[in-house]
Amino acid sequence: MILRFGYADGSGEFYITLDSEKCDGCGVCVEVCPKGVLFLAPNPFDPLEEVPLALVREDARNRLKYLCVLCKGSPKPCVASCPNGALEHF
Amino acid sequence: MAEFWKWRESRWVSQEVHWKDARVISAGVDVGSVSTQAVILIDGLLYSYSNIRTGSSSPESATKAMNLALEGTGLSLEKIHYTVGTGYGRVNVPFAQRTITEIACHAKGANFMYGPTVRTVLDMGGQDCKVIRCDENGKVLSFLMNDKCAAGTGRGLEVFADLVGVNIEEMGELSLRVEEEPPPVSSTCVVFAKSEASSLLRRGWPKERVLAAYCAAMAKRVVVLLERLGVEEDFAITGGIAKNAGIVRRIENHLGVKALEPKMDTQIAGALGAALFAASLAQREGK
Ligand code: SF4
Ligand code: SF4
Repeated sequence: MILRFGYADGSGEFYITLDSEKCDGCGVCVEVCPKGVLFLAPNPFDPLEEVPLALVREDARNRLKYLCVLCKGSPKPCVASCPNGALEHF
Repeated sequence: MAEFWKWRESRWVSQEVHWKDARVISAGVDVGSVSTQAVILIDGLLYSYSNIRTGSSSPESATKAMNLALEGTGLSLEKIHYTVGTGYGRVNVPFAQRTITEIACHAKGANFMYGPTVRTVLDMGGQDCKVIRCDENGKVLSFLMNDKCAAGTGRGLEVFADLVGVNIEEMGELSLRVEEEPPPVSSTCVVFAKSEASSLLRRGWPKERVLAAYCAAMAKRVVVLLERLGVEEDFAITGGIAKNAGIVRRIENHLGVKALEPKMDTQIAGALGAALFAASLAQREGK
């Protein structure tokens, strides 16, 4: 499953995308994120599945533009840290 | 004063399904910003449902919807093995064992409602809209939502119905009675669309033309979302706005894709999905 968190507004698109097939819930991205945007929990869009994966905090989903702008560089630290290439940022 | 925004509440009880020999009785309650539904399943078959307007308190609306679904069936809350809450007010369903996201529930509900060929679901609810891609089991494959702005939703339609003075259930059909499609209103934001429409009415535009301009704007907005995720057929629409032919036809025209014809109240999709998950969870937990 492709989980897409974020929004588009007049100034651009601010999405974090996670591929649940690739994410093994190792938590490395959660550790590197300076803003606490990510956390580990079972996939809320696949409720019969119980294994944890990386998700974007509910209260961060509408603020990605402001939270993630502080992370310079490309790819962003969360994306670069993932050993499985499960995260994307755009 | 006439209340043009007031859509009809409904309830339904199966004549064929009976609960007395049931192994699993499950329920789903979807508390939305505009409407609340309760669905009861007997061994995975649709038994009863209700669809009411959400009141000022979410827990009370949840209870009221549930009581309406139970009414006259002889069934009571204690006999239900598992209840799942969903929707915007999902944490406020006092008798639910668990909550599940609307996206998961709508995909599951649409799969039941429209059949396993559904691959793309557009949920147009009271407060937001979402596009969901799913597999033949109603499992979510990807999704996109417009979390930022509540424009172009059921709440907006209600406001508009009152403004134009046309019953909300007739707005869609009426909007199709224009000879030529007017340009869409420039914003679906309730506040802006309202002032734009008032000025069109003052300028002497007939009601159907103003409605056409508004429905066209709503359609245009969700088409952007649909095209971003991509529409694979079969395509189905859930939520209250699926009942508005003026918006549905315009979405279909933009996409060049027809939406499946609904076989039951499209507003119950979320609660239906929740009840289906409740049945699986009840079985898993051996209740
Ligand atoms: S870009 Fe930075 S702030 Fe945003 S999720 Fe990644 S690590 Fe966290
Ligand atoms: S680093 Fe990658 S695999 Fe590990 S939890 Fe984050 S997204 Fe998942």
